[in-house]
Amino acid sequence: MNIVVLVKQVPDTESMIQIADDGTSIKTDDIKWIMNPYDEIAVEEALQIREAQGGEVTILSLGAQKAIEAIRTALAMGADKGIHLLDPAAEGSDALATAKILSAALKNISFDIIIAGHRAVDEDNYQVASAVAEFLDIPQISMVVKAELSDGKIKCHRALEGGAVVVEASLPALITTQRGLNEPRYASLPGIMKAKKKPVDVKTIADLGIDAASVGRANRTVKIKALNFPPQRQAVRMVEGESASEIAAQLVGILHGETKII
Amino acid sequence: MAQGVFVITEQRDGEFRKVSFEAVSEGRRIADGMTAEVTAVVLGSGIENIAGELGKYGADKVLAVDDAGLADYTTDAYVNVLAELIKNIDPVLIILGATVQGKDLSGRLAARLDAGVAMDCVAIKLDNGQLTYTRPMFGGKVLADVEIEGTPQIAAIRPNVMEIGENAKAGAVEKPEVGLGEVKTAVLERIMDTGDKVELTEADIVVSGGRGTAGDFKAIEELAAALGGAVGASRSAVDEGWRPHSDQVGQTGKVVSPTLYIACGISGAIQHLAGMSTSKYIVAINKDPEAPIFSKADFGIAGDLFKLIPAIAEEVKKLKG
Repeated sequence: MNIVVLVKQVPDTESMIQIADDGTSIKTDDIKWIMNPYDEIAVEEALQIREAQGGEVTILSLGAQKAIEAIRTALAMGADKGIHLLDPAAEGSDALATAKILSAALKNISFDIIIAGHRAVDEDNYQVASAVAEFLDIPQISMVVKAELSDGKIKCHRALEGGAVVVEASLPALITTQRGLNEPRYASLPGIMKAKKKPVDVKTIADLGIDAASVGRANRTVKIKALNFPPQRQAVRMVEGESASEIAAQLVGILHGETKII
Repeated sequence: MAQGVFVITEQRDGEFRKVSFEAVSEGRRIADGMTAEVTAVVLGSGIENIAGELGKYGADKVLAVDDAGLADYTTDAYVNVLAELIKNIDPVLIILGATVQGKDLSGRLAARLDAGVAMDCVAIKLDNGQLTYTRPMFGGKVLADVEIEGTPQIAAIRPNVMEIGENAKAGAVEKPEVGLGEVKTAVLERIMDTGDKVELTEADIVVSGGRGTAGDFKAIEELAAALGGAVGASRSAVDEGWRPHSDQVGQTGKVVSPTLYIACGISGAIQHLAGMSTSKYIVAINKDPEAPIFSKADFGIAGDLFKLIPAIAEEVKKLKG
C-alpha cells in the first residue's frame, strides 16, 4: 500500500497573529511553526495503515525552506520519505494553484491512498485536498472520523452535522481527516534521530512542468486585499450579586429585557 | 457575458437547511445590486414540492434536479450536475452554505470550473460592480477582505451569520434534464444522532464547558436544554475525554456563530476564541476574574459555575414558564 500524506506547515494555533505593514499578510517573525494539526492526524492514519498492511508512507509538502521541519516531524513520527516542493515562485499560491502544484507532483508518484487534513488552519480554505482529487480524477471522502480498508476499497465514516455517513470508494482515493479519527503519536527520540537520515527529495515547480506565471502570490485568483482584526467588543459588563440566584436573575433579566435573546 | 447569481441550496430528507434561506436571501441582495436574476438549485430525491419555497426569499427561478441517485450527497454526482448547470447559466457569483457538504463540494466544483472560492464568508459587498468577500483566516484571528478574479466566483457563506430576508419573487420551478455522470463513491449508511439534539453550528444558543467543569456537564446540558440550545466544549474538555470531538468549539474544532454563547469554566485560550468570537453576545462564567475569556465577553460572572449554572437554568425555566 503506497500512501501519500499532504502536509503543510502553519502557525501554531496558540500563536498571536499580527498584521504586517503591507496590510495583506501576517508578521511571521515571532510565530512558532507547526505541522497543521489535521495533517498530524493524516500522518498517524497513514502509519497505522502501513503497520496493518505494509507499504510505504511518503510525505508531500509545498512550502518555504522552513517547511522541511514539518516534513522531518512526519518522518520522525515514522513516515518513510519526503518530497519538498520548494520554489520561491510558488510562495503565496492560493488554494487552486497549490492543488495544481501538488497534483503535478502526485502524477509522478505511485499511490493507493492520499491522506490530507480537511483544512489547513492558516487560510482555512477547505479546498486544496478536494481540488487535488479533482485534478487526479480520483474519488474523495472528506472529514473522515473512521476508515477501514479491505479488498481494494476504503470505507469511511464522515462526520456530518448531527451524525455521520458511511461512504465507500475504490482505491486509489483521497481522504481528508477530521478530529476523532485517531490520536497522533509523538515523535520518539530514536524516531527523530532516524528521520535525519531519511530521504527528502527537493523539487522546483519547473521540475513539475508548471509555469511560474500561473502560481505564487502575484498570480492568485483569490486576492487578499486587506487583513483586519475582528471588531472589538465593548468592555465586559460584570454581573454581580449576593447569591447565585440573585446573579442568575440579573443575567437572565439582561438577556431577556435588553438583548431580547430569551 | 457572465451574469446573475446562482445559489446552491442544501436539503436533507426534503427539508431545507436554514443556511439555504440565508444563501438565497444574500444572493437576492447581491443580484439586486447588479440588476440581475437569482437562480437557485435544489438537488435531491422527491424534492420537487419544496423547490417553490425558495421564491419567498428572492429566487426568480428554481432548478429542481430530482433523481433517486441524488437522495444522498455524493461529491461526484453533485459536482457533475452542478458543473453542467453552471456552464449553461454562466453566473457571476455562486453562493452556497459553508456546511460539511458545502465545504466538500466547493473545493471540487472550483477545481472543475477553475474558479476562485471565498470560503466561510461572513459578508459579501458589491461596490461599483466589484465583489469583495470578508472571511475569517487563522481561525478568525483576522478577517480578510478578498477579491476573486474572473467568473464564476464562489462564495461559501458561514451558516447563521447572514440574515434571512423575505423578498418574494416568482420562484418558477424548472426541471432540467441532467445526467449524474460517473459516481465513484457509494453512500452505504447514514447514522444520525438520536433525540432532538440541536446541531452546534446551527444553534442560536450554545452553552460550552471547559476545564472548569471538571468533567461534570450535567448542569450545562440542563441549561442548554432550558434555552433550546446546543452544548459545546473547549479543546481541553475534549482532550480529557469529557465530551466527544464533535462538540469541540475552536480553531481545531467547530466554528460557531450563535446569537448567544455562554462559556462556562473556559479560560479563553486563543484557539478557543477563534471558534466563537463571531457570536453576537458572549457570556463568560469563570471562577478566575482575571481569565482572558472576560476580555472577549459582553457579560461576565466571576463565580462558582456549579452554583451559578443551575440558578441560571432555574431562572430561564421560570421565565419560559
